[in-house]
Amino acid sequence: MTQDPQQLADEAQRAIAACHDETALEQLRVAYLGQKGAVTELLRGLPQLPPEQRREFGKAVNVTKQALETAIEARRTVLREAALVARLETERVDVTLPGRGEQPGGLHPVTRTLARIEALFRGIGFDVEEGPEIENDFHNFGALNIPADHPARAMHDTFYLPSGLLLRTHTSPVQIRALERSQPPVQLIAPGRVYRRDSDLTHTPMFHQVEGLMVDEGVSFGHLKGILVEFLRQFFGREDLPIRFRPSFFPFTEPSAEADIGCVICDGAGCRVCKHTGWLEVLGCGMVHPNVLRNVGVDPERYTGFAFGMGVERLAMLQYRIGDLRLFFENDLRFLRQFN
Amino acid sequence: MRVSESWLREWCNPPLDTSGIAERLTMAGIEVGAIEPVAGPFDEVVVARIVSTRPHPDADRLRLCEVEAAPGEPLLGIVCGAPNARPELRVPLARVGARLPGGLHIKKSKIRGQPSEGMLCSAQELGLGEGQAGLLELPHDAPIGTPLRDYLQLDDHVIEVELTPNRGDCLGLSGLARELSALTDAPLTAPDIQPVPAASDRVLAVRLDAPGACPRYLCRVVENVNPQAPSPLWLQERLRRAGLRSLGPVVDITNLVLLELGQPLHAFDLDRIGGEIVVRQARAGEMLRLLNGQDVEADPDLLLICDAMRPLAAAGIMGGADSAVDDGTRSVLLESAFFAPRAIAGRARRFGLQTDASQRFERGVDPQLQRLAIERATQLLIDLCGGVPGPVVEACSEADLPASPAICLRAARVTHVLGCAVADDEIESILSRLDCALHREDAGVWQVTPPSRRFDLAIEEDLIEELARVRGYETLPAVRPAPRGNFPPAGDDRVSRQRLALTLVDRGYQEAITYSFIDLRIAGLINPEARARDRLFMLSNPLSADLAVMRTSLWPGLLRAYSRNAHRQATRVRLFEIGSRFVVPPGSSPRNVESVPPDAMVAGLVAGPRSPEQWGVSATPVDFFDLKADVEALLASTGCARDFTVEPGEHPALHPGQSARLLRAGQPVGWLGRLHPQIEAELGLDDSPLLFEIELAALTAGRVPAYSEVSRFPSVRRDIAVVLPQAVPVAALLATARGACAEAPVQDMLIFDVYQGPGVPAGFKSVALGITLAAVERTLTDADVDPLIARVVRALTEAHQAHLRD
Repeated sequence: MTQDPQQLADEAQRAIAACHDETALEQLRVAYLGQKGAVTELLRGLPQLPPEQRREFGKAVNVTKQALETAIEARRTVLREAALVARLETERVDVTLPGRGEQPGGLHPVTRTLARIEALFRGIGFDVEEGPEIENDFHNFGALNIPADHPARAMHDTFYLPSGLLLRTHTSPVQIRALERSQPPVQLIAPGRVYRRDSDLTHTPMFHQVEGLMVDEGVSFGHLKGILVEFLRQFFGREDLPIRFRPSFFPFTEPSAEADIGCVICDGAGCRVCKHTGWLEVLGCGMVHPNVLRNVGVDPERYTGFAFGMGVERLAMLQYRIGDLRLFFENDLRFLRQFN
Repeated sequence: MRVSESWLREWCNPPLDTSGIAERLTMAGIEVGAIEPVAGPFDEVVVARIVSTRPHPDADRLRLCEVEAAPGEPLLGIVCGAPNARPELRVPLARVGARLPGGLHIKKSKIRGQPSEGMLCSAQELGLGEGQAGLLELPHDAPIGTPLRDYLQLDDHVIEVELTPNRGDCLGLSGLARELSALTDAPLTAPDIQPVPAASDRVLAVRLDAPGACPRYLCRVVENVNPQAPSPLWLQERLRRAGLRSLGPVVDITNLVLLELGQPLHAFDLDRIGGEIVVRQARAGEMLRLLNGQDVEADPDLLLICDAMRPLAAAGIMGGADSAVDDGTRSVLLESAFFAPRAIAGRARRFGLQTDASQRFERGVDPQLQRLAIERATQLLIDLCGGVPGPVVEACSEADLPASPAICLRAARVTHVLGCAVADDEIESILSRLDCALHREDAGVWQVTPPSRRFDLAIEEDLIEELARVRGYETLPAVRPAPRGNFPPAGDDRVSRQRLALTLVDRGYQEAITYSFIDLRIAGLINPEARARDRLFMLSNPLSADLAVMRTSLWPGLLRAYSRNAHRQATRVRLFEIGSRFVVPPGSSPRNVESVPPDAMVAGLVAGPRSPEQWGVSATPVDFFDLKADVEALLASTGCARDFTVEPGEHPALHPGQSARLLRAGQPVGWLGRLHPQIEAELGLDDSPLLFEIELAALTAGRVPAYSEVSRFPSVRRDIAVVLPQAVPVAALLATARGACAEAPVQDMLIFDVYQGPGVPAGFKSVALGITLAAVERTLTDADVDPLIARVVRALTEAHQAHLRD
């Protein structure tokens, strides 16, 4: 006896609706629509029917087949979606937990400051040069117009080596080395470590300086002011930073000046850092002394130039509001990490 | 230098207030460091006279004084504890209602039952410095009732100027006043100093044996001075305001002239000088006891003032104790000399001294000043202590006096150097105000002779600075120069220092900067080669033993930083530093080395857990291979990782089983490994950190990449596991394998497992090797790959007794 397609369809539809996983659904599909499935079997019984019924029956079976195929596909889609939803739910993580692995460290605040100074000066075409930290008397003093009995030497407490070499007390010897190497035009900065025999609250026996030098025909004190005013305003990120140049004395420059900036801590109102003057001394500078040019075989009548020198820790202390110079060389991670 | 504002105004009184004067001086290069009131804040303190004193009935140390506070007023009863309270003494009286420094408010009170209507004051109680113990004794002619502030001119300030070493001329009030006059165009009103005629013919002969060092020496005898004469209050006040203590009238007078004119003077006790004065260089080994009691042995370059027999004084530095004036001195020899700066410079420092005299002579004293100064001192001495002056004796070697040659000044050069023109008449006006003599040679060209006190004016630029300084640097333009730079070096085969630093930063390292000088003991521990001192740069004058020798490695600094952090509870430390080490170059010794070539290193230290403490990773301590991965990251950033090899090597600072030498192209360039446990113990560390150090130059040399064609066909990977003796380094295995497939299109060869344990005989290890091949022109087949793998296995067997693992 052949089954009624409608009955079969109802039964199958119920089974499909009750099916809750995709494997079972596939088994259902095989059971009904596979080669040996119930619907296929119905068609197999077709030849046994009277010819006048065959057409009607065949049609009904096909309708059933199509209905079941549709229902299975629909059910499959529902099940897949549900499975995906379930999977996504089980794969849910707490995105607020920290990420895994290493966190970056950081550069030392002195390096960070040096990098900014270098970037600013490179941007206007200055070369960056280095020189030896163990220097000879000529490059550190003699060539810079500081003879042996000059009182200015009292300002530099120098570390000496048994050979008479010394630890450079400033980066100015790089000026000399650069001019020995090449005739003007020269424009460079020279960052690096310098050493003075001094250790207290505001002095460490080692610190960093950046020397600057521009020598060419027609270089004037006006250019010195122009470059340094712009540099200081860029460095401190303030277009309106007050800057003043005060006469001073260095054996290797004439005229010489100290550059002061309006105190960045108190905005000039007066505070402990600026000793209530409203001004902070940030660099020394001047026109290269003719003797210095002569010492390296440059004609001071033809060429003039300016030089400047600044303490990197000083600038870093002002920029980052660091109150104690000695922190720079203690390398306490709690200090260093603040500049990451 | 400290100067009293009121004294300065006696010499030059511009229409500026105190801060206006300070501003003008500062902006002309005479930096004013501080302005302080000369007395504490007080009021209602007047000159008073003690009329009588009697003992306090109930206190041994107190006295009851009757005090006249104003002429005609009833006397006040005041209780006073000062030992020097006595009738007829004039003293400061703080009246009832007065406020004293420190907030003390004077009220009518009872002291031990006796009423007291005010307080008699000491110098200290009025903020007038230390002073003598007891009440401040005022002169007998001090007008009773006058406010003390008026009487002592206490509404005055001390202006502290911080002079640059070139401005020795401003180390005297007169020089500073001249400067202020030039800057403000206010007139100079110098006191009139007249020669004091001789009243006896007593002289001492002077011989200049070292005229180069002392070209001018003046001296003068003053006999029969009153040794009991006190230093008057006005003199003490002048000295006090300049920061000097009163030491008796003779010394006070020499100090006053020093402050006023900038000429250091010395006074000898005439009775302690034998015969004549000889100014000469010291003889080797000569001894002198200085005024401060210090015994010094003279070097031959020390200039001495001597008598016929022995040294009396270190010229221009300090007098000798044996010839010093004291309370019993009846006759004085005044000295006023010019000593050449180069004969004095540095000598005082050698004795650990800096005296008011040496400070001035080193910088240069006006060589024309000596006679004026000795006349000034004579007059003061006679005024204050009496005495009979002899004639001034002067010995002078004109030829050795510093010359003031004329300097040529060109207006065009002024414009060139300053970047703006200064008008001719302004040039002339400024230089004239500075007491320069001008001779106009041509339009815009002058011959300028600076005054003899200005040692610092020697060349044209010095004059240009004067012009700029007096006008004010703010009047000069600020001009951006035309661009003239070079391209920065940007070689494609260079690896920047910053790139290397950031590689380490990205791997969790924090940059450290440590001192370039270290402890000799630590240097020896880390680098025993350094124990042989001929490889080390020892400082001749270190600050301390732990900063005594230039580092030969960056490790001591990093270890010290690590130790510090470990002591401050940091458990995980990753530090690196890039900087120079200092090794005596081969073939030289520390005594004869002439230059030290740059020798920068990159060094790192890691300790503690491999990862920062976190929820998803268990805490494992770092080991050699974590460090090596960091080193490999540096090598990779050169793009030339293949050039480097790591081989076992023994470094005395490193654990012998966990230390390796890094080579580039076969040349040693660095070390990595774990700190030797013994050194860990010696340094008192609780953990043995891992360290690396590599020559910077080996890491900054990279390469220009060259493209090679990428295969479009699938690659083939073959894995083989071989068993071989444990001692064979994997690097050797890899080298052999690479050699065996030198011609083959190998894309990658890697070690993916190393195993020892069950299944592998003792003394052997199993190493799994993955080889990936790909040809550019076609897909590789087994026929291509099988013979190659067989060749690799054969080579490994021959070279390392390796066999395929079953």
